[in-house]
Amino acid sequence: MSSGKRPEHLAPPEIFYNDTEARKYTSNSRMIDIQVQMTERAVELLCLPDDQPSLLLDLGCGSGLSGSVLEENGHVWVGMDISQAMLDVAVEREVEGDLLLSDLGQGVPFRAGMFDGAVSVSALQWLCNCDQKSHNPVKRLSKFFTLLYTSLSRCARAVFQFYPESPHQVELVTTQATKAGFYGGLIIDYPNSTKAKKYFLVLMTGQNMALPKALGTENQDDSTVKYGNSRMTYKQMRGKPLKKSRDWIIEKKERRKRQGKEVRENSKFTGRRRCGKF
Amino acid sequence: MLTSKCMKGVTQGYPLGIQAREVKVTESEFNIDFVSRVIPKLDYDTLWTAADGLGYSTDLPKTLVENYESNEDFLKKIHHVLLEIEVLEGDLICPETGRKFPITSGIPNMLLNEDEVKY
Repeated sequence: MSSGKRPEHLAPPEIFYNDTEARKYTSNSRMIDIQVQMTERAVELLCLPDDQPSLLLDLGCGSGLSGSVLEENGHVWVGMDISQAMLDVAVEREVEGDLLLSDLGQGVPFRAGMFDGAVSVSALQWLCNCDQKSHNPVKRLSKFFTLLYTSLSRCARAVFQFYPESPHQVELVTTQATKAGFYGGLIIDYPNSTKAKKYFLVLMTGQNMALPKALGTENQDDSTVKYGNSRMTYKQMRGKPLKKSRDWIIEKKERRKRQGKEVRENSKFTGRRRCGKF
Repeated sequence: MLTSKCMKGVTQGYPLGIQAREVKVTESEFNIDFVSRVIPKLDYDTLWTAADGLGYSTDLPKTLVENYESNEDFLKKIHHVLLEIEVLEGDLICPETGRKFPITSGIPNMLLNEDEVKY
């Protein structure tokens, strides 16, 4: 993924993740680090109870790097992926989870209410692509989310880390997820950085709860530019000008000019007292 | 656990039949919490039939034991059947359509053809 091009544009996932690409996920330490970090963050966002082991679903598990993180946290997992080569690597690495060769867009083939949670690292964006003539991203996403919803237990969470290509894609994904019955939303970690910026889609079944806070946003209260209030306070401090004073007259003329009324030009005599000769 | 629900014309698609050609028994760590938590989610009859089909049902009771949370012996048996028996080569068969999902080196292939997908 180090090349500038997005892998989704190069080939469909079952072809892109061939033996050489799969090999990178065991030999390239940088790739491993990134995957592990993202999974750790995803597990954190899952908010699972600490003391009890849960049964998790890993969507797009690949070579099982994310699964290893789940194992470390004491959970049992089942992984799904479309690439045979990646799964072969997973078998070689002797991961503990069960593996399944399956296309996410064709649905999640499990019994209802089996899993306590689902994680997915860099897989969701593949579903937005149309690799075959029969593929319809909207239908595939909707199918995927509906079946995922049924296979999760109540009050479970699903966390997806993904690389959306455009705001349109984010909208597509979130709309389909909401239609399937999920609550939740998007969390963007480090929104001000180009490289560290990560999108996490946190979906919840059961009731709606507040989303956890994104990382890297602690220092700023808002995503907008802070509004400087200085001009306002200056005006308030000055207050309204004293009635019948020159300032008051000028302000009044200004106001009436704005209203489109006929107003004399200001001059040095504006608001000046007449001399007492009259 | 698996179903063929995604397929066209399949309403329940459960349980999938198992035809094993090669079975491996592995050792794995016994976690009492996990096993007792997973049992309510399972359909016990199905599990028993599956285990029976593989020939591992001898020491497994035919119905679910009451108070299984405290029965460590029973939990150990369930753990053995659930997590330590792995079908390496074989087929999963859909009960409604008879479609076979091949298992190779422990990975079931659930990929469907275009015409089998139900949207």
